[in-house]
Amino acid sequence: MAEPLLTLAGVHTHIGQYHILQGVDLALPRGGMTVLLGRNGAGKTTTLRTIMGLWKPSRGTVTFDGRSIGGVPTPDIAQAGIAYVPETMAVFADLTVAENMILAARSGPIDTARLDWIFGLFPALKKFWQFPAGVLSGGQKQMLAIARAIAEPRTLLLIDEPTKGIAPAIIEAMISAFAELKRETTILLVEQNFRFAASLGDHVAVMDDGRIVHRGAMADLARDEALQQRLLGLSLDAHQ
Amino acid sequence: MTVAPAPATTPEALPAIKHDYLPILLPVALSALALPFVGNPTTWVTLTVAALAMGMMIFVIASGLTLVFGLMDVLNFGHGAFIAVGAYLALSVLGLLSGWVQVDSLGWNLMALGLAVTVAMIGTGLLGWAFERVIVRPVYGQHLKQILITMGGLIVAEQLIHVIWGGDQKAMALPTALRGAVVIGDVAIEKFRILAVVVGLVVFAAMLVVLNRTRIGLLIRAGVENAEMVEALGYRIRRLFVGVFAVGSALAGLGGVMWALYRETLTAAIGGDIMVLVFIVIIIGGLGSVGGCFIGAILVAMMANYTAFLLPKVALASNILLMVAILMWRPQGLYPVAKR
Repeated sequence: MAEPLLTLAGVHTHIGQYHILQGVDLALPRGGMTVLLGRNGAGKTTTLRTIMGLWKPSRGTVTFDGRSIGGVPTPDIAQAGIAYVPETMAVFADLTVAENMILAARSGPIDTARLDWIFGLFPALKKFWQFPAGVLSGGQKQMLAIARAIAEPRTLLLIDEPTKGIAPAIIEAMISAFAELKRETTILLVEQNFRFAASLGDHVAVMDDGRIVHRGAMADLARDEALQQRLLGLSLDAHQ
Repeated sequence: MTVAPAPATTPEALPAIKHDYLPILLPVALSALALPFVGNPTTWVTLTVAALAMGMMIFVIASGLTLVFGLMDVLNFGHGAFIAVGAYLALSVLGLLSGWVQVDSLGWNLMALGLAVTVAMIGTGLLGWAFERVIVRPVYGQHLKQILITMGGLIVAEQLIHVIWGGDQKAMALPTALRGAVVIGDVAIEKFRILAVVVGLVVFAAMLVVLNRTRIGLLIRAGVENAEMVEALGYRIRRLFVGVFAVGSALAGLGGVMWALYRETLTAAIGGDIMVLVFIVIIIGGLGSVGGCFIGAILVAMMANYTAFLLPKVALASNILLMVAILMWRPQGLYPVAKR
């Protein structure tokens, strides 16, 4: 079996007095999309933020591409090839779409062919190129947040709940974009929308109380309603 | 900065971008409102030019502080130390170059002043760099400790000034060619005030160019909005912050030189004395907003000058009232920065 791209082994994270991650073990294969599921407060966002170095693990190891990144400063983790799209999207509202993208391309001007590819994925960005990001709709901001993460080729994308509060029509467009994105890079996606997750995910991990409680193929979980009920308290049908 | 190629726009209608010009009109409205109360147009012009000059000096001092607060949420009550140190360094340089200062030649006078400003800015920039490392860095994210330790830093700096330059009040004479006034019709405008306005406008223009036309400027603007995301994009925000802190300190040094020359006297407390106005400016401008800081500085200076002439007893409280009025209208300041 090929070496995983990202490995979390016994990772604990404290935020203030709260013990959020309580021994997360996760191995992310290279390529494709792994979806991290779980109820609210299970520790999904904390897992992404810990990988990104935004919160330091109090115990355990995080290994990315053979290199230990637990406790490494966030800029170094980004430079190692991990991009992060937070739940809040965190677009720079006072900067134009173009300026947001300029900052995302650390190594210089964005390659024209790549920019065309991004515009193909998210046509609205072309239209609003010179507009302040603050005027974009929620869906368009999400597109910009993802476009910013892929302004340059990255090895791993961490994406936190991209469909939250987004209109169904935009979600459909996002499914097509993610299907293409996961051919280029490895994606770890935190998602509450099970239908969205099931239509895109290759692998799945389910969290509860700060631990991984299930790992496997997404197709298996999507087929097994009893397992969904047990792990997530939902069924695929109920979320369509 | 290289800009990515702009794509062709589509023929579809685009939403209009809202420009907020209302705060820009405030100084115009305030000065127009003051005219009938002042009565004499000549006096009104003199007061207005004095206010513009004072406003530019306050802006130069406050611009760095607002970015420091916006970028890292650091409350630096020690900013006054850079104002005072800048003024004293310039005093020493001008003392050494007294021949250039006293000769009635604009060229030699400006050379002396330029050298004094350069030394003051380099000195306060370095002091700012050290201040950030030794005093500010250990208390990131702890506002109460920041207030206490930076005020402590200000006290230490003022005492060191007493040790180095003495505790007595110093005279800081203007260079010969900058004394007196330019008379236009019935209006006499002090030459130094014209210079102060020009310096303030140059600093403002330079800041706009850097913030809007360079990559480092984009990073500062992005960092003021969301420092964490800038780090997640792979940039070291702390390194950027140290640079902004040092440049902000150097600008405070420049402002200190101008302020001391404006008052023609200085004491170690020169920085601490003006900090109340500086904090009012950055609060009403919108924390982290350079444009808001510029408008706020002009408003504060106008209020100080008009009320000092019309109602001297209210002058001290006038800017507090101005701050209350603006915050009731816009609780986040004139140009609030979109924070995460």
